Amino acid sequence: MFTEIDTATLDEPVASRPSQKPWRAKKRIKGKPVNRAQDKCDKRAEWVDHVRLIRDAQDQAAFAELFQHFAPRIKAFLIKSGSDAAMAEECAQEVMVTLWHKSHLFDPTRATVATWVFTIARNKRIDVLRKQRRPEPEELGWGPEAEPEQDDILVLQQETAQLRNAMTALPEAQRQLIEKAYFGDLSHREIASQTGLPLGTIKSRIRLALDRLRHAMN
Amino acid sequence: MSNKIKHHLTDDLLMAYAAGTLPEAFDLMVATHLSMCNQCRAQAESFDAVGGYVLEEQDETVAMNDKALAETMALIANGAPIAKPRRLGCSVLPSPLQDYVGGDVNDIRWRPIGMGVKQAILPTTGDATARLLFIPAGTAVPDHSHNGVELTMVLQGAFSDEVDHFARGDVEIADEDLHHTPTADITGDCICLAVTDAPLKFNKLMPRLFQPFLKI
Repeated sequence: MFTEIDTATLDEPVASRPSQKPWRAKKRIKGKPVNRAQDKCDKRAEWVDHVRLIRDAQDQAAFAELFQHFAPRIKAFLIKSGSDAAMAEECAQEVMVTLWHKSHLFDPTRATVATWVFTIARNKRIDVLRKQRRPEPEELGWGPEAEPEQDDILVLQQETAQLRNAMTALPEAQRQLIEKAYFGDLSHREIASQTGLPLGTIKSRIRLALDRLRHAMN
Repeated sequence: MSNKIKHHLTDDLLMAYAAGTLPEAFDLMVATHLSMCNQCRAQAESFDAVGGYVLEEQDETVAMNDKALAETMALIANGAPIAKPRRLGCSVLPSPLQDYVGGDVNDIRWRPIGMGVKQAILPTTGDATARLLFIPAGTAVPDHSHNGVELTMVLQGAFSDEVDHFARGDVEIADEDLHHTPTADITGDCICLAVTDAPLKFNKLMPRLFQPFLKI
């Protein structure tokens, strides 16, 4: 798959506009062939900048790109979780509203934007479809502290890409069961046999980020 | 604090928490433990990453309505919901529990259930129940077993039973096979969060008679 060449000519993404921010993603050189895996990884790093642009500049163009990518995925996710289309449409919009309002809480050293969007969509599902409160862990200090290091963000993105490759390499039946679990189709007892996922590397990385936050709080 | 925790949550609970399929009482237990334990929190957030993969890599997406973006921008223009004031992390009750108690440890509305033991049932929906337990120093909770799964986590003090010694942040996971008599350490009163998906079975007559009144 590394020989595949992505020749699609895309408009200059929002995130590659000039910016003072040190976490700005590397600018993609137009016309330069990039293999698809690398391109996907860059795409994920770009979303980080989109969220930052919303946080720092209420950037509607960045939001529109995020919306175009994620809203149809959220809607599909909610329909697979048992919602009808009208409810899924409404909830997907509300999830994107939450993304806008909570952009200051996104921590790119612990999650990709896709992961963060998943957690917002999941909580919306629990709230609306299951009519249940969702207790969330105590927030660790975030916001006024220094911006995270670009390297920490990139490593987390890379490890998420590794997790994705590992997931893709799982036997089809196992991957389908995991998807069912996340669409809410397996009870927590049925989930018991689904563990043993390849999470070791990404877990260590998130652990470092958490320990750093906890240390900053104390 | 978190490096002293010896008894952690299981992967299946953490994955179910990430997938969003636990009863509310169990979500409350997990969120409270994660507030104190970076090890389990890192694992839970790794399971979130699996959810990110599932969301991202769906075979088919479903198009939004034509005006969806404009409608969403209009919702955003209505303003952000008022954020809850952030609670400080250095109390007996981590913030998820404070949300259910409506305050800290002094605001718990205890009800005595005998031998100095007190409990407070927390308002959760669904099949499972959550309650706080107050066990006076040196006191034993009567020998009991369980129909379903019971998780007990120490918030203050410590207790011992046939399995081990449990201190703040430690979770004991009990199922049908465990008969135990938890006893609070003599050094101080013990407060625990307990969640169960089925009523307890006490192994002596008196507690069993009381069971309907205790709602446990």
